[in-house]
Amino acid sequence: MPSITFTQPDGTAQRLEVEQGTTLMRAAVSNGIDGIVGECGGQAMCATCHVYIRPEYADALPELGADEDEMLDCTAAERTERSRLGCQISTGASLPEIIVDIPAGQV
Amino acid sequence: MSVVIIGGGQSALQVADSLRGNGYTEQITIVADEAGLPYQRPPLSKDFLSPQGTPKPLPLRGENFFSQKSIKLLDGVSATDIDRPNRQVALSNGNSLGYTHLVLATGARNRLIECPGSKLDGVHSLRTLDDVQDLHAALPAAKNVVVVGAGFIGLEFAAAARAHDCHVTVLEFAARPMARALSEPMSQWFAQAHRDLGVELRLNEGIERFEAAGGGEVMAAVSSTGQRYPADLVLVGVGVLPNVALAENAGLETSNGIVVDQCLRTSDPSIFALGDCANFPNVHSPGRTRLESVQNATDQARHLAGSILGDESPYADLPWFWSTQGPYRLQIAGLSQAGDDTLVLGDPRTAKFSVLCFRGEALAAVESVNLPADHLAARKLIGAGTRITRAEAEEAGFALKNRARVIAGAV
Ligand SMILES: Cc1cc2nc3c(=O)[nH]c(=O)nc-3n(C[C@H](O)[C@H](O)[C@H](O)COP(=O)(O)OP(=O)(O)OC[C@H]3O[C@@H](n4cnc5c(N)ncnc54)[C@H](O)[C@@H]3O)c2cc1C
Ligand code: FES
Repeated sequence: MPSITFTQPDGTAQRLEVEQGTTLMRAAVSNGIDGIVGECGGQAMCATCHVYIRPEYADALPELGADEDEMLDCTAAERTERSRLGCQISTGASLPEIIVDIPAGQV
Repeated sequence: MSVVIIGGGQSALQVADSLRGNGYTEQITIVADEAGLPYQRPPLSKDFLSPQGTPKPLPLRGENFFSQKSIKLLDGVSATDIDRPNRQVALSNGNSLGYTHLVLATGARNRLIECPGSKLDGVHSLRTLDDVQDLHAALPAAKNVVVVGAGFIGLEFAAAARAHDCHVTVLEFAARPMARALSEPMSQWFAQAHRDLGVELRLNEGIERFEAAGGGEVMAAVSSTGQRYPADLVLVGVGVLPNVALAENAGLETSNGIVVDQCLRTSDPSIFALGDCANFPNVHSPGRTRLESVQNATDQARHLAGSILGDESPYADLPWFWSTQGPYRLQIAGLSQAGDDTLVLGDPRTAKFSVLCFRGEALAAVESVNLPADHLAARKLIGAGTRITRAEAEEAGFALKNRARVIAGAV
């Protein structure tokens, strides 16, 4: 099973095992991970599922979509080159594990 | 001290979450008549119904949220009566709950149509997970789909049914689609866009009756102009009605929703209401409104949690909304209104453009298709009360994004 590790701003980490194809947002929301909201239900419309991807996983990610890129301009916490929307990234064959950092705020 | 929240939707969950986030440590109970973990509605009419989609609910909060935050969820239980003098809520399971503050987050239900055949098998509506599971099962075998009502949900569904290669007819009583919510140019653009997707959009044409086949299932829809459309699946999407019975029976003021003040308080100071069921004084449009959107539910919830804890500031967040219809992502910042002066920015033929709505010389709302940058900029600009005139927006090289940068820099 693919795994996702969410690291909180205070350093605590939670590792989840999820079904193939689960998005980071769905995994976080379904498992009560603090700091990921997912208010629009994964439509890339709200930017409340913002995460920072650990650089070692950057190459395994799908390319940044134009809509996602524009939405990332309105995240509550600072956008960095590691910023992505958690609803646009799914675990799967090409991404069997990932570690992400949760920003300090989403709204 | 205790807060009881009636309803298990986006509004209810966010109130509970925000109360805890603001340091409220007393008892919080959510009474939700739908059984199971509360879920998000927007995907129901979008991803879930696409040919690759599965109607797997997306929870609003995970199961452990309730234990972690000490929030009691009574799911599958409805509130049946409010005893205001004794501050008690009666429940369908025979129990009752005392409250210091009561929150009505009862949402809305689909408006039903009363016409011959409206209860036939194959005539659906779409609001709950159960509804979407039925539709998901029926769509792959459906050939002729009739949608009654060209509102957001009707058109989202129409686009999904086209993706399943169904023949789709949409009957709309009004002269243009999404007429209540969209400016004329945007509404007209969507009419053409849906026709280009292969939808037969019939305007100025309502439903008269449905006809049954031998087995009692729907076979055809007959419109107000006497046209007969074959139909093996019908979706009725003619708007919603706010759930106000509980409030009304308790003697609270209602008028197209439960009437609340700027702090989202009802006519009883210990009872609040929000979201789809609440009629509130809206600073972004003249008079009062009741809105049906995720933004309205969640922003009001955050505000209401503050009101319970004694914050008297007025709710004033800018409304925004989105709808995904096939390949088109519509986003709206602010509320457009009949009589607004409109200006199209960008080229509609590219399916990437915005309609700016001006009221009394200033920008009041922006509707964008496939242009999140314009939408986000509009939210910042209108939200901050920036005055943008039509003359300014007509200048060569004007872009909402650049204008928003200017204000961001100034703050
Ligand atoms: C198919 C669909 C698609 C949508 N798409 C979008 C979109 O793209 N963008 C957007 O912004 N918004 C969208 N919306 C609107 C958005 O989902 C709603 O505005 C939002 O869910 C409102 O939340 P609420 O909590 O106020 O009400 P609701 O979600 O209606 O929740 C109220 C709950 O309270 C329960 N209840 C009522 N009375 C009682 C009682 N007496 N006791 C116990 N429980 C009770 C109801 O059964 C319901 O479960 C969509 C809605 C639907 C149905
Ligand atoms: S859930 Fe809204 S942008 Fe990801």
